[in-house]
Amino acid sequence: MATEEMDRAEEGKGPVWRTVLTRVMRVREAALMLFLLLVSFVLTLSTPYFLTLQNMRVILTGLALDAVIAVGMTITLVSGGIDLSVGSVFACSGIVVAKLINVGFPVWSAVLVAVLVGLGWGLLTGLLITKVGINPLISTLGTMGMARGVVYVITSGRVLAGLPDSFQRVGQGRILGVPNVIWMAAVVVLTGDFLLRRSRMLRQVFYVGGNERAARLSGININRVKLGVYAITALLSGAAGVVETSRFASAISPMGTGKELTAISACVIGGASLSGGEGTVLGAFFGLLLLGLIRDGLILNDVSVYWQQLIQAAILVLAVAFDVLTRRRRNV
Amino acid sequence: MVQDRETSSPEMNLEVEGVWKAFPGVQALADVSLQVRRNEVHAVVGENGAGKSTLMNILSGVYAADRGRIFLEGQEIRPANPKHAYNLGISIVHQENSLCSNMTIAENIFVHDIPSRWAGLVDRRRLGAQTQAMLEMFKIRASPETLVRELSVGQQQLGEVAKALACQCKVLILDEPTSALTDHESAILFDRVRQMRAQGTSVIYISHRLHEVFRLADRVTVLRDGRGVGTQHISETDVQAIVRMMVGREISQFYPDKGEGHGVPVLQVCHLTHEGSFEDINFDLHRGEILGVAGLIGAGRTAMALAIFGAVPGVKGEILIDGKLVTIDSPNKAIDLGMSYLPENRREEGLFLDMTVQANIISSHLDAFATGPLMDPLKERSEAQRFVDALSIRTPSILQKVLNLSGGNQQKVVVGKWLSTKPRILLVDEPTRGIDVGTKAEIHNLLRELANEGVAVLMISSELPEILGMSDRILVMHEGRVMGVLPADEASEDAVMSLAIGS
Ligand SMILES: Nc1ncnc2c1ncn2[C@@H]1O[C@H](COP(=O)(O)OP(=O)(O)OP(=O)(O)O)[C@@H](O)[C@H]1O
Ligand SMILES: [Mg+2]
Repeated sequence: MATEEMDRAEEGKGPVWRTVLTRVMRVREAALMLFLLLVSFVLTLSTPYFLTLQNMRVILTGLALDAVIAVGMTITLVSGGIDLSVGSVFACSGIVVAKLINVGFPVWSAVLVAVLVGLGWGLLTGLLITKVGINPLISTLGTMGMARGVVYVITSGRVLAGLPDSFQRVGQGRILGVPNVIWMAAVVVLTGDFLLRRSRMLRQVFYVGGNERAARLSGININRVKLGVYAITALLSGAAGVVETSRFASAISPMGTGKELTAISACVIGGASLSGGEGTVLGAFFGLLLLGLIRDGLILNDVSVYWQQLIQAAILVLAVAFDVLTRRRRNV
Repeated sequence: MVQDRETSSPEMNLEVEGVWKAFPGVQALADVSLQVRRNEVHAVVGENGAGKSTLMNILSGVYAADRGRIFLEGQEIRPANPKHAYNLGISIVHQENSLCSNMTIAENIFVHDIPSRWAGLVDRRRLGAQTQAMLEMFKIRASPETLVRELSVGQQQLGEVAKALACQCKVLILDEPTSALTDHESAILFDRVRQMRAQGTSVIYISHRLHEVFRLADRVTVLRDGRGVGTQHISETDVQAIVRMMVGREISQFYPDKGEGHGVPVLQVCHLTHEGSFEDINFDLHRGEILGVAGLIGAGRTAMALAIFGAVPGVKGEILIDGKLVTIDSPNKAIDLGMSYLPENRREEGLFLDMTVQANIISSHLDAFATGPLMDPLKERSEAQRFVDALSIRTPSILQKVLNLSGGNQQKVVVGKWLSTKPRILLVDEPTRGIDVGTKAEIHNLLRELANEGVAVLMISSELPEILGMSDRILVMHEGRVMGVLPADEASEDAVMSLAIGS
């Protein structure tokens, strides 16, 4: 009896908690890493081109801006919400920056305004959710439609091009041979991951997602947290949209379509719970990488785009099903 | 493999033989046996985390045992799921509310067999009438069509009991059915339980209120650390002996000394009114005192505390802190003013069930564990560990999800969470609900220490001995009104009860 007591006390402090910690924190990421390696291995066998530096750069460049959006999406999911408007906000900022430069704004102010437009959409969503009380799914479905509407109003369906070099350099340049977009994604993902684990502000997001009523009674200002969450997500999406326009030196109205699907899939694969309270940025990034590899594999193996769409959506459904099945509560 | 048993003694209704059950990191049950007679109320007691609920969950088909056998009326049974167990004749009231909060009382009570007409349509009228009868029996003042989430914790608990009593069962399991009830409601339940016993039902009764066990039960089985320690006839034992079996040492049954006089008023409540829940509440809460709040289920005690804490909109009246008029429109504001509220409903209002013990304990004042804008993992961990030790929270690690703790240990986490904030005004609502005798004394001491340090404590409790033992003054409520405030030396069980029932 006495020794049992001691064992128990020991367990609480000693190295055991550390192993538990690592198990809990790392298990999803570790499993994903293994899975990533496995997929890479299969792809290497199927086409030798897969394992070239060139192809790696293509893959990473392709998902860099998605990664920026996924950082915001992770935070939203952790808060127990969801944001369907990321793709439209992305497009809206991308179009606005092009339009402003076309009508003669200096590049820096055009960029600033475009990013603020993104933030504005986030604040609108946040207010709809907190002040009006519309649920996140419907609120963001609404802002998704509105932001896309603004895009069509501005472009009337035409391509906006003719952007100056100084602007194009942002998204097309390289530092040390690595494309700028990869640098940006790396900075946002690493900072996002660190802050979501450690920052006091973002810690509140977990509590709000875990149990909103308890969070409120614990003195957390629910509305402020939610407003912040949607603002950050939209800000990141908007900034990503601006970079996208710079990267392609033009903006087209359907840009960013389907980005919400990619981001949500990546987060859920990476361990974020759709019921809130759980998720890591790094996990979401690995999820995105997995999606990227699969897409790349499909392209290299000449699978049609239509199939790619189907497969990606199927992966989302699978990931969510897995999430739901493994999280069945002990409801006693 | 299911077989009849020759050896079983005929008067045993339910027999559990050598049951084992492990969870990751915890051996919840090790070789536990239990024999329950027909016509018997059999109490099962033990410290928090001793394995009581786990055993009941196995009997009622929620979990499967790793090893061991169960016999009902001499027949071996293997309850595969709750529905199966119910069909076999085993009915259970779970420790945690398991009513569906978005359904009506009626639908909940008759979830297993909804009265129906042809083609399976629900017979609304019969359902309503049967439910009304149940509600009247327990004096729940609500219509059968009320949604469960609109009921108080105590009322939900009564509803839960009503649900279990609605069945014709061979074995009725009650897992801490009275933890949120006052003596008044408990008495109604006990009458009904005795009636069922007379009709031949075996009742298994779990409680941390040992005086109830001695009032109701015929025999008692004690569990400790997942093992059976022994079974005794109630008439041949006493509370002290049972406590010794439970914890393996003596526990002082005394409450800490009362405070000496009281200081200046810190919190003054004037004419506080909330339509439908309470009316014209007036009282002062002094520095360094414990003010007990007594009353029956539905007296409006929790609603009042929530209102003071700023969690209910539309409250009329005035609140003064340190003599200054304040507007408290959110819990956030209340916390800024130095208040804390330990909620009654731990699962809905107190805990983040999917999060770790550590995350829960630090949740109410993140600032204290941050260095600048960043959280400090070392501080988080040491605070969590401090309370796990101080309240002997039984968990394999501070990173265990709270969901996986036993009910009493979950309550300890809530207590730790609120004691770790350093409030000037502490509102506690059923602080020791579901907590075992040893830790209960621990929490009482902590509360008194806080009061001695000058904290003003308002303690709502449904347990009369706790109210009498802890309070410097006792405020009694009845149907939303304050019936009187008794100083500790004038208060007696009868005095409080007669105010509480409104006479
Ligand atoms: N689903 C689970 N996962 C992990 N551990 C569990 C689970 N359920 C119970 N346990 C552990 O099993 C042990 C026994 O728990 P149980 O709920 O049976 O205790 P109890 O005697 O009912 O306590 P209480 O008086 O607090 O209700 C505890 O240590 C608990 O943490
Ligand atoms: Mg229990």
